[in-house]
Amino acid sequence: MTLKIVVTAKQVIDPETPLSAFGIESGAVKVPANQAPVVNGFDEQAIEAALRLKEASGDAHIAVVSVGSGFALDVIKKPLAMGADDLILIDDPAFGNTIDPTVTVAALAAAVEKIGDVDIVLAGRQASDWDNAQVPIGLAETLGWPVATVAKQVDIDGSTVRIERVLPDGHEVVEADLPAVVTVSNELGTARYPNMRGIMAARRVQPTVWTAVDLGLDVAGTQPAFELISLARPESAAQIEMIEGDDDDDAGRKLALRLRDERII
Amino acid sequence: MADGSGILVIGEMADGQPASTTLEALAAGLALLDSLPGESLAVVLAADATATAAQAAIAHGASTVYTIEDASLADPAPEAIVAAAEEAVRQASPRIVLGAKTLLGRDVMPRLAFRLRTALAQDCTAVAIDNAKRLLATRPVYGGNAVAIVACTSPIAVAALRAKSIDAREPDATRTGSVVPLTVDVQAAVRVRSIARVEQAADGIRLEDARVVVSGGRGLGGPEAFDQLDALAGLLGGAVGASRAACDAGWVPSSYQVGLTGKTVTPELYIAIGISGASQHMAGCSNSRNIVAINKDAGANIFKDARFGVTGDWQKVLPAFMEQLQELLG
Repeated sequence: MTLKIVVTAKQVIDPETPLSAFGIESGAVKVPANQAPVVNGFDEQAIEAALRLKEASGDAHIAVVSVGSGFALDVIKKPLAMGADDLILIDDPAFGNTIDPTVTVAALAAAVEKIGDVDIVLAGRQASDWDNAQVPIGLAETLGWPVATVAKQVDIDGSTVRIERVLPDGHEVVEADLPAVVTVSNELGTARYPNMRGIMAARRVQPTVWTAVDLGLDVAGTQPAFELISLARPESAAQIEMIEGDDDDDAGRKLALRLRDERII
Repeated sequence: MADGSGILVIGEMADGQPASTTLEALAAGLALLDSLPGESLAVVLAADATATAAQAAIAHGASTVYTIEDASLADPAPEAIVAAAEEAVRQASPRIVLGAKTLLGRDVMPRLAFRLRTALAQDCTAVAIDNAKRLLATRPVYGGNAVAIVACTSPIAVAALRAKSIDAREPDATRTGSVVPLTVDVQAAVRVRSIARVEQAADGIRLEDARVVVSGGRGLGGPEAFDQLDALAGLLGGAVGASRAACDAGWVPSSYQVGLTGKTVTPELYIAIGISGASQHMAGCSNSRNIVAINKDAGANIFKDARFGVTGDWQKVLPAFMEQLQELLG
């Protein structure tokens, strides 16, 4: 039996975008055209977890599903170059709105049903734009599946998934019956880089594109959970006092004296 | 559900008492009631024993405490708390459900929100009520580079507060309230089975409790540098933290990580050495009282949030700083 894996992946603004290039216009974040988007980092680690499961099982199929609009194909194809088998884009202007996870969850749930007989959904623990950390959990709830979060190790034994989940001071081993949703954290380790063969192969693959209509979703009739009232830059924090010295040693000594003056130490 | 009234806090326990984050949520709830005249505040506590905690919750402002007792709740699975919370929501039919983004809340609150056919306002630093009596949630997004305010538009609003964003109130023992025991088969709800828990031996002061935190990042160049950070933390009676880059590089265990996906610390003094100050990191330390940054890059983001800064080579600045410090501390 082929192990059917779905990995969810989101195209996001590169979180390394310098603050100076990060603008906000009429309730939306704007970055210059030369700042290419990226696949959310935690999602790349979910793809890595899927590839490791595929290597361990010998017989697995990995479909990467992304919900959004205005995809940068060369970016969102990266999972294919890493070794995923299929890429499904749920591309609809209705999904350009990232602030309402209910819509994203409904689309992903419909996609998982349409793919059919999925054993496990792997997802990044959160996306680096809104850091909601709730779409995978909402997906599990909608599908009626268990969810295990922040995994640093994922193993499947028959019809059971076992994960090591990261705790603040250690880890917990948990198990659940398949099908299940598992979210993956950075402690899993760096995701592999695509090799040249993978990149060439990915170029020849065209993603499958589904719209809301293809999934039988009534987006307009869905009750939204949120309305965006404002999006703004945070108020700037402390005024910094730079400690200058004749050289680095002197600056170090002056720093200690200054902190003592302020009774901080 | 459309005619919900009042606020329900999804409580969490720590050592037999309401957790600090639950007291913060109760304080947030009390403040919201000012804009919801005639409505009341309830809390649900699910634990192995709840009697003492229920009285504490009343002293902190709850007029109704729903309790669910079960031996398995001494170390609760998220699904068990979701089942308990769902029953409390059924009983209370609130307009607003408040929880916290804690280790447990991270798993509980999104699942509860979707069970209630809405989504979660996650990681809120403030909450308010607008003219239409909708919940307004303030939340940092894009790793803290922007702040969003969203109005919750579902019949029931669900929000998780960021820890330490709202001050708990002083308990008032003269407050009165009722305790309503509920029966929920919490064990039947659990499908993710906990097999083992492996603690990483933490020596010294807990990072979250430390008065001084000395943190190192990519700029330190390797794991050896953390010996010096250990020594500095020792001098100041503090703990050592790290950026995600230093943890991912394997220089220190991931339990050292301060940031959005690591620990949140609020010490009196946070010394950041060789840390660029990516917003991801600042989300875990920006509420520190005094941030001191040592970085060789004058343009590093960390200087935007710091109170004191030194531009220089940490390998020179740090030994001189420590030498002077030793002299001062006698």
